[in-house]
Amino acid sequence: MTTVLLVVVLLMVAAGGTAVVLTRDPLNQAMIASFYGLVLGLLFLLMQAPDVGLSQITVGAVALPLMILLALAKVRRDSR
Amino acid sequence: MTPSVRRWTFLVAAAALGGLLVWGMSGLPPFGDYHGVYGLLLNEVAVPERHATNVVAAVTFDYRGVDTMIEEFILFAAVIGVAVLLRNMRFEEEHEPEEQARGRRVPGTSNAVRVIGLTLLGPIVLYGLYVVAHGHLTPGGGFQGGVVLATGALLVYLSGEYVTLRRVRPQAFIDLAEATGAGSYVVVGLYGLVVAGSFLANFLPLGKIGTLPSAGTMPIINLAVGLEVAAGFTLLLSEFLDQTLVLDSTGRRT
Repeated sequence: MTTVLLVVVLLMVAAGGTAVVLTRDPLNQAMIASFYGLVLGLLFLLMQAPDVGLSQITVGAVALPLMILLALAKVRRDSR
Repeated sequence: MTPSVRRWTFLVAAAALGGLLVWGMSGLPPFGDYHGVYGLLLNEVAVPERHATNVVAAVTFDYRGVDTMIEEFILFAAVIGVAVLLRNMRFEEEHEPEEQARGRRVPGTSNAVRVIGLTLLGPIVLYGLYVVAHGHLTPGGGFQGGVVLATGALLVYLSGEYVTLRRVRPQAFIDLAEATGAGSYVVVGLYGLVVAGSFLANFLPLGKIGTLPSAGTMPIINLAVGLEVAAGFTLLLSEFLDQTLVLDSTGRRT
């Protein structure tokens, strides 16, 4: 059961990482990076590292995309 | 270099890298097959020695507490760096948040976002406090809980107006909270040096295993880290929002 879950999540990580690289628009990329961070957190949880998983979710899925979004808002406002 | 040469160079290099990776990973020990002497020893001694049921917390906040202290100051320095980079420049002047300006361009918050944001605010803050307080018992701790707490500030911004956020997080208080969080860690360490003879010694009574007041100094340090991280991320958020919504370059560079 765990192996099946692990394979599913690993495939999601591979798909998520590829999607982050292939997305060209920074706004969409921030959203996909957030999803990718969440999936990585799931992977760490499945590999029995819940502490690391929690850190990964807070930083990868919340903090990092938030900083990118805020920076984008600043850049777009200045160029208006 | 023509595009086709570049493509072939990449394909050959990627195939070689992929082959090496697969070869290397096929030689890894199976999952859960662990022989680290230090880790096995800690698994044995952490609960009886420190009364902390989360061995990870026992490592990060006690046995290797100095490492975590330095990590905390990395975040502290990074937040200060952002605050310095995003300070008010001489050619910028502060004006009213865009949301209040005449002829506002920002669309108002939708009721759905407002209701969900305000509904989530209480549980999120409570959950953040829970994660901070139970760091020595279950997965979590000051860092994770601190970021969760800081998302509370984000929810206030999302569900209300920027002005509301300014009202609930006075700048001076946030600055003070961040510095207090970072400083308390060092104070706990120094106090251990004075009363128990070594920096970050666990000088408090260890308490009953599995209860909230246990594991000695660990909950105190978790609280300090939680305060520092929550305030740090709130500061980051408001510095960026100040830049986006309040500051305006007048175009005059002096």
